[in-house]
Amino acid sequence: MSPALSVWIGGIGLWAPGASDWHAFRDIAAAGAAPGESARPLAEVLPPNERRRAPESVLLAAAVAGQAVRMSGRDAATLPCVFASAHGDQVITDYMCETLATAPRELSPTKFHNSVHNAPAGYWTIATGCHAASSAVSGGEEAFGAGLLEAATLAVADDRDVLLASYDIAGTGPLGSMTTTTGPFAVALVLSPRAEGAAVRLDITPERGNSGSDPMGDAWLDGLSASNPSARAVPLMRALALMKPAALRLPAARGLDLHIDIGVAA
Amino acid sequence: MPHLMTPLAISAYTATSALGRGLQAHADALAASCGGLVPNDFSTAPLDCWIGRVAGVEDEPLPPELAEWDCRNNRLAWIALRQDGFADAVRAARERYGSARIAVLLGTSTASIGATEEGYRRLDHGNMPADLHRPVLHTPHSLASFVAAAFELDGPCLTVATACSSSAKVFANAERMIRLGLIDAAIVGGTDSLCDSVLFGFNSLELVSPEPCRPFDAGRSGISIGEAAGFAILERIEAAKDAPLLIGYGEASDAHHMSTPHPEGLGAELALRDALARAGIEPGDVDYINLHGTASQKNDEVEAALVARTFPATTRASSTKGFTGHTLGAAGVLEAAITLLAMRERQVPANLGATTPDPLCGPQMAWRPEPAEIRIALSNSFGFGGNNACLAFARAEQRA
Repeated sequence: MSPALSVWIGGIGLWAPGASDWHAFRDIAAAGAAPGESARPLAEVLPPNERRRAPESVLLAAAVAGQAVRMSGRDAATLPCVFASAHGDQVITDYMCETLATAPRELSPTKFHNSVHNAPAGYWTIATGCHAASSAVSGGEEAFGAGLLEAATLAVADDRDVLLASYDIAGTGPLGSMTTTTGPFAVALVLSPRAEGAAVRLDITPERGNSGSDPMGDAWLDGLSASNPSARAVPLMRALALMKPAALRLPAARGLDLHIDIGVAA
Repeated sequence: MPHLMTPLAISAYTATSALGRGLQAHADALAASCGGLVPNDFSTAPLDCWIGRVAGVEDEPLPPELAEWDCRNNRLAWIALRQDGFADAVRAARERYGSARIAVLLGTSTASIGATEEGYRRLDHGNMPADLHRPVLHTPHSLASFVAAAFELDGPCLTVATACSSSAKVFANAERMIRLGLIDAAIVGGTDSLCDSVLFGFNSLELVSPEPCRPFDAGRSGISIGEAAGFAILERIEAAKDAPLLIGYGEASDAHHMSTPHPEGLGAELALRDALARAGIEPGDVDYINLHGTASQKNDEVEAALVARTFPATTRASSTKGFTGHTLGAAGVLEAAITLLAMRERQVPANLGATTPDPLCGPQMAWRPEPAEIRIALSNSFGFGGNNACLAFARAEQRA
């Protein structure tokens, strides 16, 4: 059976505690390097004043999106983008709910406009001058898979390269105990409907059921994967780091997995 | 350039807002130019403004088997889903295609954050109170996961949360998935309900009017916030021969500012051009445009100029936010439903609330209701972060 969607990977970005870019992650996942110190995500795309003021979710998403686009050699201004996150900026949501419970008329207007789920998409398109379609999606705990399905669908349907960034930050306050997101993580992919020299292809087919994920047998990778909904991408990212053909399943919704065959050019 | 789109059938649709429950309540209110805004009585310390509130939501908890999802936003969704035979249409589609071949693609700006706010108002020793210990509520995905669970659907399930364009953009998501054969049908739409986050949030930006909103009035003073839920089923046209059609959509970004539209409406115009190109139509083919028309100074200024410079006077245009308030993430689908109703009822809705037209407005504006044969219509939805969407619809007879 032919896959539902085939996309080539033009660029990759990643930020995890202990791996501040894709290369650092690859060295850990494929070459046995030790995780490093945690560095603040470097969102070089944002103007310096925005970088200082931006909420953590925006910094994280813009940092990985910037890495992926740079690796791809594409022009960010022309790339449609999909920003996926299970929970958006939980620190701002916690601030909003606490302020609304105590002094609602003192709510910060800046915090309010940064509270929208599409704040990273907004800041990204503003910083890169991107007038293409931009989206902000959630799929709950399955947000990464849902975002991957949406981005791959967009790339194939409109025959365009598409930027996907999936991010979640650590939960805080009473909300944090509901979301069980214990650490930040973000990943980005530039997906292309054509090979154009790319080395890696993803053949994606939705399949019924949630198979659950097998442990990867590496404490750091398994811990990372369990820490954050966007980090459900970690088994895929590990497979990409190994640069070998592989097959795996990722959840895209309750009751729906994506079967992904990873093809690597010889 | 985007490809010409193969039209899709809108085989069922429904809406619930301050105008009432279901399509007939909306048709009656629009025909009578009778709006639904009322003085704000929402929240513990109501702001001095007007709101579009759906009556009775607080009195109708979800059925016991869905109790995990019970909150104002999902109650409003559940009320809307039971109007106009919509729930039965979903079940029939499930029967026809199978549960994995139907996607749930829903827009919302704040989902059930009202439940999270409530938890913070009555914390139990600093923790979420026991009755709100329900993680499914405290996420933007609450609405879509609720609808998928309520109808036992296990196809793709996605929340689009791009502020006020959210439930317009889901029509585009559905078209792509159907075209590529990933699904056979999609439940699209969205729900946003009144909550402190948006009332006090828009108030903090000084965008809330102390009076009922007056879109495109020279003296407009800001938005009135409303709540609404709306849903539609999209499928291939062979499946529903007499249904109205989705014939195009456009999506684009302003790349300008987080909370202010591009001064020349660049993203709005790109979304419009994208929609026209996918639909294969020219501005002169458009009989009616349901405008975003929030009654904020900037939106209406930019949108009025865009319409005035793009369309002939035969294209009629109005904002219906004077009827319903700005229903934020639900505005896309609510106004899609109003646009389809305008086609069905052969009447352009009034631009309710305006008495002194902004001089930027062109001759396209329908200040009062007008009888009209509406064959092709557009609906605009623009959101924070410069996120723009435009939907194009046609009557069933327009299919090639």
